[in-house]
Amino acid sequence: MSRRVEIVEDILSANDHLAAENLARLEAAGVFSVNLMASPGAGKTTLIEQTISQLRPRLRLAVIDGDLATSLDADRAAAAGAEAVQINTGGQCHLDAVMVRRGLEALDLSRIDLLLVENVGNLVCPSSFDLGTHRRVLIASVPEGDDKPYKYPGSYRAIDALVLNKIDLLPHVRFDVDTFRRGVEILNPGVRFFLMSCTTGEGLTAWLEWLEAEVGERRAEAVT
Amino acid sequence: MHELSLAESTLELALRHAQGAGATRVTGLHLVVGEFTPLEESSLTFYWDRITRGTSASGSRVSIRRVPARMACVDCGRALDPVTETWCCPTCGSGRLRLTSGDECYLESIDVEGEVA
Repeated sequence: MSRRVEIVEDILSANDHLAAENLARLEAAGVFSVNLMASPGAGKTTLIEQTISQLRPRLRLAVIDGDLATSLDADRAAAAGAEAVQINTGGQCHLDAVMVRRGLEALDLSRIDLLLVENVGNLVCPSSFDLGTHRRVLIASVPEGDDKPYKYPGSYRAIDALVLNKIDLLPHVRFDVDTFRRGVEILNPGVRFFLMSCTTGEGLTAWLEWLEAEVGERRAEAVT
Repeated sequence: MHELSLAESTLELALRHAQGAGATRVTGLHLVVGEFTPLEESSLTFYWDRITRGTSASGSRVSIRRVPARMACVDCGRALDPVTETWCCPTCGSGRLRLTSGDECYLESIDVEGEVA
């Protein structure tokens, strides 16, 4: 005779539990953390380099770098002056909370103000896996086209801030910023939006100010 | 999405809850999955049959209840079906809509048999 057992538990709950542990660990250490997601080539690593070199005089930065193979990106982050940990996913197309925990274990969190987690370049899978960071940021770029919010809704919904990178290419590429923004607004009304070019430096200041304000809040909370 | 890892997570959840209920066998699983959750049913059941072999969930049937996607206007609160052509609220014209259901992905219940002596 069969009987029914009520459960109601998210299927990815194992990942979510670990993500909550990661967040608790970061909170306890007063570290502000960001999960950076994007398609390959959108400019994640370049934005990270710029962020490190601009904020390094005032903040202690660390980077956890997720990649299928190689330590090319972590090497660039380290060269820019951050403590960098490479996580090779062994072919997996996204970071998950277990891999980030491994990264956290390799870092001395008491000596870090801002942690940037560079996800694997992919517009689909990373958005399903919470890592336990304070904020999730998507970096889009002009050459990808203005239809991407409509084609990859999952990635555009699950974020707290959006960077549109490579705006210096707008005169050369067919990309309508209003069409793009409308798609973003439908999926994620009121999301924080940064127009940027890591090549010319345009828009970088607003991004850095936001990060610094968030770090400041985390510090204040950790002190009180 | 990742049907194999989803299947593995589902199996782990089901076996844990079956054990907690003192059951010896899992015969059925009831999943709730949103219309906008990227999950391919045929791929999931393909993996399910293979990964459950040799476990107490071997031969179990997976049923999936799909939840339709619903949206609401952020500005006037009107509930609406996803409007893909215009992407704006028919009442107030606002383009600010949010998804209120349709992204679920959870195990609602399992059917089990037997009592651990």
